[in-house]
Amino acid sequence: MFEWLSDNRGLIAAFLVLLALVSFVSSIVIGRKQSAIREKDEVFGDPERNKRGWYWAVCGVSALFLVWFYYSWGTARAFFPQAANELCQVAKLDEALSPINASLPATSRYYKSTTLVARNSEQLDALQIPTGSFSASEQPTAEALFDKVHRLLALQSDPQKLGPEARADLTAVADGLSALAQDLRNRDMSGLSPSAEALAQPSWGTTHIEIPLLPETARGVLFDEISAKATELAKSFSKIRNHPPEAELLIAEIRADIDGLKASAAPSAEQAEPRADFLKSFERIFKRLDDGTIFPAAALNGVEQSIADLEQASSKAQGGLTWLKATVFPGGSIVKSRTLCTEQGTGRWLPKPTDVVAQLAQLANPNLDAGGGFKGTTLLWWKWLPIADVVAFFVPDWIADIMPGEYARNNESGQVIPNFKDHVLALAQGDIYLGSIPMLDGHIWDSLFRVLVALVLGVVLGVPLGIMMGVSRFFKSFFDPLIELYRPVPPLAWAPLILTIFGIQDDGKIFLLFMVAFAIMVISARTGASGTQLSKIRASHSLGASVGQILRHVILPNAMPEILTGIRIAIGVCWGTLVAAEMLAGTTGVGFIENVARTVSDYELIWVTILIMGVLGLVFDMCMRWVIHKTIPWRGKG
Amino acid sequence: MADLIATDLCMTFTNPQTGGKVEALKDVNFHLKEGEILSVLGPSGCGKTTLLNIVAGFINPSSGTVALDDHIIHGPGADRGMVFQQGALFEWLPVEKNVDFGLRMKKTDKTEAAAKVEHWLDTVGLQGFGKTPTYQLSGGMQQRVALARCLVNDPEVILMDEPLGALDALTREKMQSLVLELWKETGKTIMIITHSVEEALLLGERLFVMAPRPGRLHKEYRLPFAERGLKESLREIKKDPEFSRVREEILTMIWDMEEEIMGRV
Repeated sequence: MFEWLSDNRGLIAAFLVLLALVSFVSSIVIGRKQSAIREKDEVFGDPERNKRGWYWAVCGVSALFLVWFYYSWGTARAFFPQAANELCQVAKLDEALSPINASLPATSRYYKSTTLVARNSEQLDALQIPTGSFSASEQPTAEALFDKVHRLLALQSDPQKLGPEARADLTAVADGLSALAQDLRNRDMSGLSPSAEALAQPSWGTTHIEIPLLPETARGVLFDEISAKATELAKSFSKIRNHPPEAELLIAEIRADIDGLKASAAPSAEQAEPRADFLKSFERIFKRLDDGTIFPAAALNGVEQSIADLEQASSKAQGGLTWLKATVFPGGSIVKSRTLCTEQGTGRWLPKPTDVVAQLAQLANPNLDAGGGFKGTTLLWWKWLPIADVVAFFVPDWIADIMPGEYARNNESGQVIPNFKDHVLALAQGDIYLGSIPMLDGHIWDSLFRVLVALVLGVVLGVPLGIMMGVSRFFKSFFDPLIELYRPVPPLAWAPLILTIFGIQDDGKIFLLFMVAFAIMVISARTGASGTQLSKIRASHSLGASVGQILRHVILPNAMPEILTGIRIAIGVCWGTLVAAEMLAGTTGVGFIENVARTVSDYELIWVTILIMGVLGLVFDMCMRWVIHKTIPWRGKG
Repeated sequence: MADLIATDLCMTFTNPQTGGKVEALKDVNFHLKEGEILSVLGPSGCGKTTLLNIVAGFINPSSGTVALDDHIIHGPGADRGMVFQQGALFEWLPVEKNVDFGLRMKKTDKTEAAAKVEHWLDTVGLQGFGKTPTYQLSGGMQQRVALARCLVNDPEVILMDEPLGALDALTREKMQSLVLELWKETGKTIMIITHSVEEALLLGERLFVMAPRPGRLHKEYRLPFAERGLKESLREIKKDPEFSRVREEILTMIWDMEEEIMGRV
């Protein structure tokens, strides 16, 4: 079943896209019709106007799905699965030409040679001979160095002086490129067929984000061949050096000058360092010029024209592919680098909906041996929890210490016979088997457990304190500064401290969340308690209620709406804090998954965790809304 | 002898910001016999509510005493039931739980309490509304619940702070009859604060008109209308020329007081 779903991802995606499209259009039709009917009865601003309207919800959700499918290139994968493979072959040609293009203005606005000349001249102008570093006899040599380098630059930039070898090589590359362009234009593609190996490749998206590398279509085969030839041309282009004979002489001369200056010492000891620095800087500039990578701009004209020609031929040969690239691959394109073809742009960081579901299904698989779960823990499952562990959690070890008697010692026959005290210790340490109970397990449960424990503690301790603060001047004034001092500090500011003190296990996170929940519960319970109507308090006094009874039967129920709203807020804030805390430290939890996903740039996993957190947050909130609706139906009707 | 006796009651409020003093009550003396029904009238700010709060025990007088049943009142107690203008019901409880609140606080036996609740709900005309949430009741019905909640506790005195002030005219008239019926049936001492002269005349066997600055008893009436209201329709009584005469007299009195206040300010 799962296999089938996974294999037919493209088909399912295509179906879902069509479904979303149909719902989008039909919901708009229904919505417009309904609006036309209702607008007759309701004036603008009537609160009735924004009630119901499921069709707009459908419209919004399907629009979201359509945008998601479109920008994640899910539509492209569903309807044009071969396009990516073809684009990959085109990308191969782009990659092959990139070393040549790097020397031309096509990618960086200037010729590479122009940039080099400009930079070197600039650095040369900034360099000055330190006064007194050279003796009177050396000084003219040093000053002449500048002029010589400028002459060298002129020689290398002069098309007339271009070395004969370089001239021939450049022409060869330009001719080769033109031949490729001709080839692209004239080749009959019907004669080309993909290899069996290429057809056996896993399809696009089956193995994460890679795109099959070998050409699967006739057009792809052509581009593949052309790009292989282009790679060779680019290699020979990179080897071309501009060495005019006169320049060679000049280079030897400059090098001899520098070596001569380096060999002799400075006139005085304190001038040694500035002299050495100057020579070093000068040599650094010179070394960039002596390898012949500067060409006269005009000399590259032939190559430039051939490349333009090739690119024109390429886009013509791509045919409908250019159109597809512009429409169904928005926000990026397929890029080839080294041995991989990858999606770059939105297709990469916005995973396809179907892939997200597949990833989620894999995470949710409770069978760890079959690759389910994450880092040795399931997403949400159950396990047998030994009761002894639970007992040991609540019974501290020192209970055994205060039991009467001594712990057992080894006797003369070399045996250790445990006594009562030892048995109590075993119980407190969870070493006695007491049976097991089924218990939830997994990353989601770990996160939930932390939030729930912290929330329960926060409510149990925070509500009574808050109510007392709401009714008693002492409690209010005594605790107000304490709580107001720690509450405004963002929980994440506390996190490093608390995780250091309590350790990275559950206790630290629970304490951190407890701090958050406690403050919120105190404040909401306090607001609820202090907002009790005086007449209700007076009425209960007149009915003979004691102070305790008024607290329990009047002030607490009266504060219920605020308390429940407080719980609702606390859940949300705790959830947010927890995920951040889990990102800081720990080995389980939803935040932990996202943190690992972040370090390996696994966009799909990041989106899956975001999805899980969103859905859980929504479920929490819906539960609380239901509880509020059930427990305080009088709210807003008093 | 469950008489309500006020002796030399004075109440002075101090404004905590300005330190200025306001004499809300000055030398108030009265003696309300058991079973009497008293209505208190007066222009706003004459200390009616202060007087009631002192009797209820919510605030302590600056000097003087109020005694009930020969005991001087210190603090609120179940012997003085209160009915407020807005009902002050506990909206998280259904009608019957509101009514038996006092009994539950005293930990009365449950079956006994249930019988009492049923009896009083019948008496105030709310049979079958026991399980209804109070927020679903109309204003008049809420006030009936408040009456039942007070009566089920069997107080010696019932204190009402403008109990019918928030009701519409028709409901108000019905409730006035109900109050009179309850008075007759239970024989309780009742003290009603009101700002409606007509209501004060109809309900008050005795009537105090209070004057402001300092708040004091200005004039006392003994009226026959409450007694007559038990037998006749209230609308008939209102047509009585004697009724109209007293009403006009009191209205003029209060009007003059208001004028005087305005003049002073």
